[in-house]
Amino acid sequence: MKKVFKACLFVTLIAFSSVVYAQDDISRLLNEFVVNMTEEAVSETVHEEKHEEIHTKEGAHHSAEETEEASGFDPIHHVLDAHDIHLWGDGHDAVSVPLPIILWTDNGLVTFMSSAFHHDDAGHHIFEKNGMSFVKHHEKIYQLNAGEKVLSIDHETHTATNAVLPLDLSITKVIAAVFIVAIIMLLVFTAAAKKYKTAKPESPKGIAKWMEPLVLFVRDFAKDSIGDRYMKFMPYLLTVFFFIWFGNLLGLIPFIGGINMTGNIAITLTLALMTLIIQLINSKWAFWKHMLMPPGVPVALYPILVPIELMGILIKPAALTIRLFANITAGHIIVLSIIGIIFINHNVAWAGLSVPLALFISVLEITLVAFLQAYIFTMLSSMFIGAAVDDGHH
Amino acid sequence: MNVGFAYIQVYFVLTLLLKNMELLTPSIGTIVWSTIVFVILMLLLAKFAWKPMLKAVNDRENSISDALSLAEKTKAEMAALNAQNETLLKEARIERDQMIKEAGEAGATILAEAKDKATAAADKIVSDAHKAITNDKNAAMAEIKTHVASLSIAIAEKIVKSELTTSENQKKLANQLADEISLN
Repeated sequence: MKKVFKACLFVTLIAFSSVVYAQDDISRLLNEFVVNMTEEAVSETVHEEKHEEIHTKEGAHHSAEETEEASGFDPIHHVLDAHDIHLWGDGHDAVSVPLPIILWTDNGLVTFMSSAFHHDDAGHHIFEKNGMSFVKHHEKIYQLNAGEKVLSIDHETHTATNAVLPLDLSITKVIAAVFIVAIIMLLVFTAAAKKYKTAKPESPKGIAKWMEPLVLFVRDFAKDSIGDRYMKFMPYLLTVFFFIWFGNLLGLIPFIGGINMTGNIAITLTLALMTLIIQLINSKWAFWKHMLMPPGVPVALYPILVPIELMGILIKPAALTIRLFANITAGHIIVLSIIGIIFINHNVAWAGLSVPLALFISVLEITLVAFLQAYIFTMLSSMFIGAAVDDGHH
Repeated sequence: MNVGFAYIQVYFVLTLLLKNMELLTPSIGTIVWSTIVFVILMLLLAKFAWKPMLKAVNDRENSISDALSLAEKTKAEMAALNAQNETLLKEARIERDQMIKEAGEAGATILAEAKDKATAAADKIVSDAHKAITNDKNAAMAEIKTHVASLSIAIAEKIVKSELTTSENQKKLANQLADEISLN
């Protein structure tokens, strides 16, 4: 306990001294913060009335890179999906892992590597293939209309005026993370399953010793909420639990990972939709009867209650989607914002404050949030499935 | 103050979301790929990981509970066996006592019978001996009588011989015998 106290004191001292050292920046930061806030408040709240004013400031609007240029750092830019895994550097000096781009255009499938754009995300670099011109603008790949040489974006509707968006089936950063997590899971769990090959049942060895308690943890709460038919749903529940947990952890590894996979709304939506589909496929008549004719409710309330119950079918997966997305994205934004203090102020002394804070948040995310969100998602999924498969015999 | 703070918070979140609609827009490519990968991953893991793991764990749990119930059963059986042994031992003791008692009685009976038989046999031997002795005595007496008779005859012969050496004695005897015959 004494050592922990000393360490905290030490860290606090460093943080405090670094803030004192960097105090020149504080007034500037506060000024900018207040000015930004009021300007944005005006521009957003009076959006309807003052179109002209927004047009004058369109440069600072909806452009992650320009925002980053202006303030030095934009955490949102880093939690979004991207077409390559950026490691370090800016502009043409940037080092990143290129990923395959797969586009379904009117002329068929087009594939090339994301390095073809040479780190351009502003829609300047044109890549030509199969007689079509492609540009990348804010991680969207546009196909320029024939004859066009420059992408023009309407800043009010945020759509391109002289280009179309082909169906983008690229292996993006997030999809790459999905593949990485899938491979890690296959390696870990086939290795764990091999430990059980011996004929006589005994206590698990090796990696199985680490994974078995978690498998049993999922099995036990699934058994509680589903009942006797739980074995049918174990493959889905176990896979979704470990998929989310491993994804959360991978996203918290800086540099090599840091990919906001489970904080991507498409991923969480996919998982929630799977829960919904499994729930609906296996739903029993009692489930629908309970919803269409709620027991113990006066018939006069049916017109109110039944639509609410029916909406609940879709609200539950929506809540699953948003809960996971918001929790993981928020964690990433907090860590990035705290780290971003250094870059916004262009003063390394702020690291004394931001590193301990970021460390604190990271530890919280790794030890608690990553596991908790996987648990909550799986737990609620098993409860929804359990409600649907219930015969209503009790 | 608190209301103002809450307003700023809500405002910040809304601004953040409105400024970054990409965050809230699910991309079709991501949905397609993640669905494919997830379903394949689930099928592979179900076959190669979850089924063997859960089966092994269930088997182990079953074997442990089986072993525990077996131990419980064995314990109960042992207790029952012990009780049975106790009863058996008690019964055996009673039986043994009974047997000893019976054996004692039987021995006494046999002894008494043997004694009776021996007495009877001895009596018979004695009486047989008496008979034999009497027979032998009678036989001996008869023999002695015969012997004495022959001896008497021999003596009488010798006496007669000596008396009949003179003619006078012979005449006298002849007369005497003649008298005796006439007498008859």
